[in-house]
Amino acid sequence: MSRRDGVIQPSEITPESVFLQRRTLLKAAVAAGLVPSALTRTEAAMIPPSGEFADVKSWPGSTDEKPNTFEDISTYNNYYEFGTGKGDPSNNAHTLVTKPWSVAVTGEAERRGTYTLEDILKPHTLEDRIYRLRCVEAWSMVVPWVGFPLGDLIARFEPNSRAKYVQFFTLEDRDQMPGVRSRVLAWPYREGLTIAEAMHPLALATVGLYGKVLPNQNGAPLRLVVPWKYGFKSIKSIVRIHFTFTEPETSWNMAAPQEYGFYSNVNPDVDHPRWSQATERRLGGGLFSPRIPTRMFNGYADEVAHLYSGLDLAKNY
Amino acid sequence: MTRGRLATLKVLTALLCLAPLAWVVLRALGVASWSLGANPVEELLNTFGKTALNLLMITLAVTPVRRLTKLNWLVGLRRMLGLFCFTYLVLHFSTYALLDLGLAWDTLLVDITERPYITVGFAALVLMVPLAITSTNGFQRRLGRKWVKLHRLIYPIAVLGVVHYYWQVKADTSEPLFYAFGLLVLFGLRIKHWLGVRAKRRALVDSKPAMATAYQSIEPPQAGDEPRHHGHHESRGHPTQR
Repeated sequence: MSRRDGVIQPSEITPESVFLQRRTLLKAAVAAGLVPSALTRTEAAMIPPSGEFADVKSWPGSTDEKPNTFEDISTYNNYYEFGTGKGDPSNNAHTLVTKPWSVAVTGEAERRGTYTLEDILKPHTLEDRIYRLRCVEAWSMVVPWVGFPLGDLIARFEPNSRAKYVQFFTLEDRDQMPGVRSRVLAWPYREGLTIAEAMHPLALATVGLYGKVLPNQNGAPLRLVVPWKYGFKSIKSIVRIHFTFTEPETSWNMAAPQEYGFYSNVNPDVDHPRWSQATERRLGGGLFSPRIPTRMFNGYADEVAHLYSGLDLAKNY
Repeated sequence: MTRGRLATLKVLTALLCLAPLAWVVLRALGVASWSLGANPVEELLNTFGKTALNLLMITLAVTPVRRLTKLNWLVGLRRMLGLFCFTYLVLHFSTYALLDLGLAWDTLLVDITERPYITVGFAALVLMVPLAITSTNGFQRRLGRKWVKLHRLIYPIAVLGVVHYYWQVKADTSEPLFYAFGLLVLFGLRIKHWLGVRAKRRALVDSKPAMATAYQSIEPPQAGDEPRHHGHHESRGHPTQR
């Protein structure tokens, strides 16, 4: 495998057609009862030196919508630590060192301490999950992630009865991240979920994209994907997980509290103060594709709406 | 500056003004595997909007630069710069209305009336229409002093344009603030000039009251903002050339 500065070359990427074909074949095989054992076998997850994950389980909940190209997903990013332009992360993130990587676990949990990425991944089985991604800026993509349920990871740290929320922190390193020098957001970037949200089976601890190790600009080596919330909740390059009793600080809420709330659930009925959230531009359709209606909880209402019963979503935006 | 040389400069300026448009067209057509990226509509909006703002700043810079450098022929490029600015503004708005909203008039109306950054942007576009229409020699002649007054609308238009940009960005306000700073400098230079002109007039009033009245009637209200001062052909019939 030819790797230059840890950058994945386009030639190394599994073509999307092959990737999708594999999924279709696999689905057909499962349906025919041909490969049940292959899918239920649990492997110790690890970051593969080859860059390509070997034993990734299929996941029945994936959307049937056409995923965006690897090119689009890896060159159009919001990752302000590498610059505020959409192309800045893919141009600048090669300086991020993802090996070795460790995650500190702090706060209201029994198993506090520092875990290596290997420790974090070991007991879990990776899954291919195709999720919709809706950015608060009213564009969206469909992304084939590789990951495992965040709840399984959280449970291992044994949060105590005072742990009502969990907060996540991104790496803050001026040498690796040129954007951190500008004070556009509160660094380190931080995000948070209620424990119930974090334990929800759709919340994904994510390590890959299109069957490959995450590109740095997409939040390598470990990120969150919370598909029913605006994209900025899905924090990248996590170095700390902190359990709290009170609602934790989140970077965008600190920057503009009237525009970005703690929950930030995708909601077509609650507009951003400056723009409408009723529709979105699905990327990949070219110049002339129309906007599409935004769905409540980004189309995951059946799964997650119960988390917010009795909550005024216009107030708790 | 001969007329031939000015013509050459005008052609060069026009080509430079067309370059951003040519660049997005090449990318939209996928020439040489260039592309507009993952979000082509946004790319068009940004390119057209920023080019319009850049041309607006350059147009506003003509007069102070001319005063500082005495390069009076610069004024001969100003109308073209202003019209290209208007063209990019129209392209910016058309991209938004046609490609982004798909001509959904109801959404357009809501946006214009309820989204402040779109309200101010749209106001800038509307205010610029009369300036574009009256940019011809004929209108300049017919409107006389009113033409000068009308074309001072460019100042509020510039402010609206920068506010539109500032209100639109999510968090990184460095670029809109850079434009705001540029605008402050351009306005500052004008205010400095006007104060100077006023002081000169005062001095004249104090020393030679009789002469001052004559001076004020000869001197156009804002000498530097006159549409053109050069070339025997183009200045013919100019209302303030007496």
